[in-house]
Amino acid sequence: MKWVFFIEALFLACFVLLSQVTAKNSEDIRCKCICPPYREVEGQIYKQNVSLKDCNCLHVVDPMPVDGKDVEAYCLRCECKYEERSSGTIKFTIIMYLSILGLLLLYMVYLTLLEPMLKRRLFGHSQLIQSDDEVGDQQPFANAHNVLSRSHSRSNVLNKVEHAQQRWRRQVQEQRKSVFDRHVVLS
Amino acid sequence: MSNFWTSLRGKHAADRERGSEGMENPGYCSGSFDGLHHPSDDDDDEMVDIAGATLDFSSTDDVPPLSSGVYEEHNGTSRTAGMNGSGPSRLVDPLEDPLPGVGTYEDFNTIDWVREKSKDRDRHREITNKSRQSTVALLHSISDAFSGWLLMLLVGLMSGALAGGIDISAHWMTDVKGGLCLRGFWFNHEHCCWLSNETTFQERDRCPQWQSWAELITGKSEGPFAYIVNYLMYIFWALMFSFLAVILVRAFAPYACGSGIPEIKTILSGFIIRGYLGKWTLIIKTITLVLAVSSGLSLGKEGPLVHVACCCANILCHLFTKYRKNEAKRREVLSAAAAVGVSVAFGAPIGGVLFSLEEVSYYFPLKTLWRSFFAALVAAFTLRSINPFGNSRLVLFYVEFHTPWHLVELAPFILLGIFGGLWGALFIKANIAWCRLRKTTCLGHYPVIEVLVVAALTALLSYPNSYTRMSGSELISELFNDCSLLDSSQLCGYKQPANTSDTGVDNSLADRPAGPGLYTALWQLALALVFKMMITVITFGMKVPSGLFIPSMAVGAIAGRLLGVGMEQLAYYNHDSVIFKGWCSQGADCITPGLYAMVGAAACLGGVTRMTVSLVVIMFELTGGLEYIVPLMAATMTSKWVADAFGREGIYEAHIRLNGYPFLEPKEEFEHSSLAVDVMRPRRMDPALAVLTQEGMTVGEVESLVESTHFSGFPVVVSSESQRLVGFVLRRDLLISIDNARKRQDGIVSASQVVFTEHTPPLPPDAPPPLRLRCIMDLSPFTVTDHTPMDITVDIFRKLGLRQCLVTHNGRLLGIITKKDILKHMAQMANRDPDSILFN
Repeated sequence: MKWVFFIEALFLACFVLLSQVTAKNSEDIRCKCICPPYREVEGQIYKQNVSLKDCNCLHVVDPMPVDGKDVEAYCLRCECKYEERSSGTIKFTIIMYLSILGLLLLYMVYLTLLEPMLKRRLFGHSQLIQSDDEVGDQQPFANAHNVLSRSHSRSNVLNKVEHAQQRWRRQVQEQRKSVFDRHVVLS
Repeated sequence: MSNFWTSLRGKHAADRERGSEGMENPGYCSGSFDGLHHPSDDDDDEMVDIAGATLDFSSTDDVPPLSSGVYEEHNGTSRTAGMNGSGPSRLVDPLEDPLPGVGTYEDFNTIDWVREKSKDRDRHREITNKSRQSTVALLHSISDAFSGWLLMLLVGLMSGALAGGIDISAHWMTDVKGGLCLRGFWFNHEHCCWLSNETTFQERDRCPQWQSWAELITGKSEGPFAYIVNYLMYIFWALMFSFLAVILVRAFAPYACGSGIPEIKTILSGFIIRGYLGKWTLIIKTITLVLAVSSGLSLGKEGPLVHVACCCANILCHLFTKYRKNEAKRREVLSAAAAVGVSVAFGAPIGGVLFSLEEVSYYFPLKTLWRSFFAALVAAFTLRSINPFGNSRLVLFYVEFHTPWHLVELAPFILLGIFGGLWGALFIKANIAWCRLRKTTCLGHYPVIEVLVVAALTALLSYPNSYTRMSGSELISELFNDCSLLDSSQLCGYKQPANTSDTGVDNSLADRPAGPGLYTALWQLALALVFKMMITVITFGMKVPSGLFIPSMAVGAIAGRLLGVGMEQLAYYNHDSVIFKGWCSQGADCITPGLYAMVGAAACLGGVTRMTVSLVVIMFELTGGLEYIVPLMAATMTSKWVADAFGREGIYEAHIRLNGYPFLEPKEEFEHSSLAVDVMRPRRMDPALAVLTQEGMTVGEVESLVESTHFSGFPVVVSSESQRLVGFVLRRDLLISIDNARKRQDGIVSASQVVFTEHTPPLPPDAPPPLRLRCIMDLSPFTVTDHTPMDITVDIFRKLGLRQCLVTHNGRLLGIITKKDILKHMAQMANRDPDSILFN
């Protein structure tokens, strides 16, 4: 139950943070008037940074391309729309998206290139081959550690993470096999 | 070596379990914690484990021990709990599993709805009983009842937020293929020129802040060289995005590819695909969906959004015990999540609910209907508050026109329906043939190269044509748009009548003759139509997230627009003929090409997916015009009839069949006269059914029986002579229980008797203690007699969601029918290969 509240708090925090980030920027409102061609006047688009109540042709279209008596006729054809956006949200989303994408790519590079190299350097060849043999079993080192240093809470957490990672990688391998090699599911 | 580690691990696990039992509050939840550490527990995403374990710890703190004195029962040898609550000797609280892992399922197996539902009923009854005893228990029962709605709220918030993020990022990335904003790289083209007054009536998004790649690289914005640079950059980005998408899918979550709706349909019908709705699938699908959509491939984000919403729901289910532990309850939540997905994809909450009801759900009680309604509402609200398009709408192609239509126009609408049906049937045939090719030949061995080649082809061919260069939803929005005076696009390139200034003050215009701009647009659209039709066939099913809604809607919208413009011109030049005389006189605005595009889009989507009600509601929510319901209904119905004439299954069912998932189609009828005895196993020549007897078998015998067969369940009979049925035991439960007993219970050896009876039979004094397994036996298995017609049996399977059913003759056990047997039988009856059904 605590977790539920925790998640809720997290959501709330995110929301507050987001609304902080997305606090109204004065540039984020506009009134856009599209005026079609009228007699010899070309069609034109006008945009002004005005509030909703001023969003009409008379306030936005400036300079007025027609004479005083035609203003009403001209303005009747224009369509004015009030639009709002949140540039903060856009910025936040795009930067967040790009950073997650970057992290995933880095992690992918790490998993495919660096980790095998590091492992080879740390444990030597024989260990690597052995752990490859025991694909069906748990990762040996994690367990040895687990048994030996159960009182050590920190290393325990680390081990758990590594253990989970191993399991996850095996799962992905399994998925890859069934999707890409055997074409059993999702083809 | 390997043995040593296994034994060490086993010992360690036992140690830990004992330790945790000692630490825990006695009498409560000692099983569930262990369950989370069991190597094969029921988490869909096994990474969740750590969180799950912590979760369980903390939840035990809050909840008081509901029953005291269970601890002794629990640890003692007499584990007796009726599986279905029907056993008279239920002593153990159903809130806790009698054993970790018992009652869970293996990967790629079908759940037993009956068992899950009765499990939940027991649990609920227990909570209700307890709630009368103390205030805390009452609070617990209230929070339990409330948790479903809370979960829906969270699902709605999360999917709405994710959909908003996907919309914003996809929009931006699509524009990045063309250029970059100097005011801030995170702005897309439209937002870059948000307040710029340099835009003109003709080129609405042109402002100096937005620089195309040619301007950035060479400094020139016009001329053939700039065009080539832009072209090359377009292809480069398309290749780059699609490469990243496919490589990420391959590296982290292969399950994130495809549309996801066929699999979700199967999962909702009771199938289990572990990891399909997991955390990594969610992350990767969200990230790569944006990449795939913005790479310009002919695919949409709608189907994958349903998958994303279901992932959210499944992950959030882990927070609530009620849903974490029960596969049937979880599927109710997933049904609602499917509604949420469509709700955010189209900004159509009611359409989403109906989509879930009509297309994806298998079991959809009223309670789920209300919950999906609520969740869809929350999600739409969240998305609206994010306002991803900056126009206060939930979709890019929201349209609003209210010009009336005339009865005569029903004829072209029905024509569009016929086109949609033909296209749908053709598309399904072609796409399935292509996917089968991919599945069986060496084409399937090169998923990355395939994606790259298709992306390169798409980019190469689509750049020269402005209607294929823009993204699918932009194209649809342009086609749906009605040509008023305010529009300056090529599609509105009509010849201006001389007296423009004197027409009415509203901006709608009378039918006009087509000008050169429109003619250019028309042949470009025709080319785009052919191109889209071809490329969608090979795109759908590639190993990137790919939805089908947008491409098929685009095809329909192009065809509809072409027909609409044709009709308009016909009416303009023949306004005195018999057909147009009464209602379309000269100078009247009688035909709206945008409406034709809309009807065409609905027809094509209907032809491909065979949706009817939900589709019309989605389209109607998109347009906000009640008066177009009849044209949409006419077109959708026609398209369904026409498409059904060529083949009864929609694209999703066809993909389910291609993959051989165990999906018992609720729409299809079984019309053969076979009997249960024809379908059941064992067949006449086969060896007799493998059964367990309720007493008299030793652990060793049971183990060798289980080892020597591959069945996933065994009936229990009184004795092998009488073959009278007692119950049914699942293989997995049996193995886990025996394994567990050997480790934890003293004196269980291969020679110990396995006893399924209520009371232990008298044993010789020197015999080892018996292993009592009544608690894992299903005491109320479904039975039919051997002469039950198959159509009734199929109905029972469908309506109750059975996994297996036993067949008796004169009260004696004769055989067993599983869902797979039924599917194989149906395949055989339909002259298909029965071995195409792969899973249990």
